[in-house]
Amino acid sequence: MTGAAPLVNGPEPLADVLLREVRLLDPRTPIDAPADVRIRAGRIAELAAPGTLEADGAEEVFEGGGRLALLPAFFDPHVHLRTPGQEHKEDLESGTRAAAAGGYGAVIAMPNTDPVLDSAPLLRSLRDAAAREARISVGFLASITRGLKGEQLTEMAELRQQGALGFTDDGRPVQSAGMLQKALQYQRLCGGVLALHEEDLTLSRSGSMNDGAVSTALGIRGIPTVAESTMVARDAALAGYEDGRVHFQHLSCAGSVDAVADAKQRGWRVSAEVTPHHLLLTEEDVRGMDTRMKMHPPLATDADRRALVDALRAGTIDCVATDHAPHARDEKEVPFEQAPMGTTGLETAFAALYSGLVVSGELELGVLVARMTAGAELFGLPAPRIVAGELAGVTLVDLDAEWVAGEHGWESRSENCCFAGRRLRGRVLLTIAAGALAHRDRSLAMVGA
Amino acid sequence: MNHLLSIEDLDRAAIERIVTQAERFSEVSDREIKKVPALRGRMVLNLFYEASTRTRSSFELAAKRLSADVVNFAASGSSVEKGESLKDTVLTLSAHKPDAIVLRTPWAGASELVSKWCSAAIVNAGDGKREQPTQALLDVYTLRRRLGEIDGLSIWIVGDVAHSRVARSNIIAFQRMGAKVTVAGPPTLIPRGIEELGCEVRFTLDELASADVVYALRMQRERMSETWVPSPREYASWYQINGRRLSPHQILMHPGPVNRGVELSGEVVDSPQAVITAQVEAGVVVRMAVLYELLSGAREPHTGVERAPLADVATVGGAQPA
Repeated sequence: MTGAAPLVNGPEPLADVLLREVRLLDPRTPIDAPADVRIRAGRIAELAAPGTLEADGAEEVFEGGGRLALLPAFFDPHVHLRTPGQEHKEDLESGTRAAAAGGYGAVIAMPNTDPVLDSAPLLRSLRDAAAREARISVGFLASITRGLKGEQLTEMAELRQQGALGFTDDGRPVQSAGMLQKALQYQRLCGGVLALHEEDLTLSRSGSMNDGAVSTALGIRGIPTVAESTMVARDAALAGYEDGRVHFQHLSCAGSVDAVADAKQRGWRVSAEVTPHHLLLTEEDVRGMDTRMKMHPPLATDADRRALVDALRAGTIDCVATDHAPHARDEKEVPFEQAPMGTTGLETAFAALYSGLVVSGELELGVLVARMTAGAELFGLPAPRIVAGELAGVTLVDLDAEWVAGEHGWESRSENCCFAGRRLRGRVLLTIAAGALAHRDRSLAMVGA
Repeated sequence: MNHLLSIEDLDRAAIERIVTQAERFSEVSDREIKKVPALRGRMVLNLFYEASTRTRSSFELAAKRLSADVVNFAASGSSVEKGESLKDTVLTLSAHKPDAIVLRTPWAGASELVSKWCSAAIVNAGDGKREQPTQALLDVYTLRRRLGEIDGLSIWIVGDVAHSRVARSNIIAFQRMGAKVTVAGPPTLIPRGIEELGCEVRFTLDELASADVVYALRMQRERMSETWVPSPREYASWYQINGRRLSPHQILMHPGPVNRGVELSGEVVDSPQAVITAQVEAGVVVRMAVLYELLSGAREPHTGVERAPLADVATVGGAQPA
């Protein structure tokens, strides 16, 4: 299906920079070696041996000194930019600024806004706004059902023509199997990925955290992990039956990993994402009833967490997604059971995963970078590659820098980050998205200007 | 002790200290003038987000017997119904400078939050399905008065454990006092992982005869309609404490209010084994002891009125535990 370009780029000017003596790491090329990289008018102009390129004009020069790593810019297939309707939590500018600060070159925004992104005119107006305000590339998913009500399909074909990358009722499951089957059948006409928030509402009920010993000790109603895993299994089977393409959002437990592995084994066209918080935190982190630890799906056990890490390493889970879910301070400053679900994540994703999984030896840096960029391909977009001639989508990271999450505030409009206050390693210094300089850390000195 | 948020914060010595203080206060209730000046000039604010008759009135009585001023703030018919958040309500009421806030809400952990938002001593009078620490203290008090020792007792807590804050606080408190706790009820109402609190789990009452104390929980009628159990009839036939199931050597407790004919049969409610009325009586003296523990110490009253000397209290009960 042809139509509007799926990603919208903001108004930032194209970058002219020279990165000298950086560790160039691109798992797709593949390369992991010291190099000099010249970016001119937003394109990767030259890759050369370290210390060989000289400034030849007005470009900004960054000295890597061997300790800074240049990575392909990350891609997040799951963020909430809260626009339209909840701009007090986040907007297109603040959300993409947060993404750029986390090293992201592109994000996909979810449609559970107010009003719900379920019609072509609304999608057009959002894309226009993104072209004015966004720091990085933004793509949009429209809802599967009108108003997320689960009763009637959206005009999926028209939405695809207007640039929708796919469809999701994220925040809610498509509870009716029959409704999802129709969406899968209609997908043959319109294409686009169906991204699924998996939750059996008759099992999750009004729970606020994982069902288990911790929820029992706290007297808080639990959500059993089977609320997710049974729906993953159901919808994988539906996708297999209709030969449809589905993407499972924010997996949280070992049972869901098994269901995805089984579906892939059968050759069904499924993919899956996992969030940094599900890879790093467990229900034990909820004991203090900190509302920043309240998210959907809930943090599960350490066995679940380890299964998710193993699946990410093995590729059963294809990519990392933050499910960046900003909420205003007064909305989260309430008792745990009253608080809305969600944590912000764009600004801490790389550093949290690098500190928690790479430094500890659980995951190789190259694998982490591959999984933090793989979301693009899953949604039919080219993943950024650091190759001469390509539009630059890169992020420059100081792998040794230590910082405390949130110590200098946040780029996001909201501060409900589950990693706030943690000491992290690995700091994003510079992000170039679609050729434009989208973020530059305040600590960066200009050299050679 | 600055607050009473959770029974988990109290070790055995602290529980015994409060219960012993309550025993001293019990004499006050039998006087013609049921009042001591221990908390004169202090203000206790009852902030209740849930309907409550006995807990609220027993806190009110406790505060008044200690000569404190009491303000009752019920969430219905107030600014809360106009959309005010818990935090804003607490900040607003803090302008009246209460020395203690007795808080009941439907939300776990609310009292911890409130303790961070204001300088008053916070007493958790029930936070959702999590805890009801003063109930556990008054139950320990009642058992000690009736049996002397709790060490080594076998205590069965029977019924809707999943939705009971009383169960959670009592499982902890009874074990801390040396008892062995068993919870029993329909599997739909026994929450996952409850044994990690240290108790045993049973789904029938077949071994109930081994208990020294039977603690029946309230079975709320709305649970029946939410299909937690098939019917009140089936619940009663499997889990009701009645004359057939209760042996003469056993003590029967219940946090009230009782659903006669559901969790308890009428004849056991009125039997001499039942200490349900004693529990209600204990509610006042134990809450006096809690308020006294929190407010008679280092905290200076907001009013600047001189603190009632400890001697006032010591003379009251003769300073001898009953």
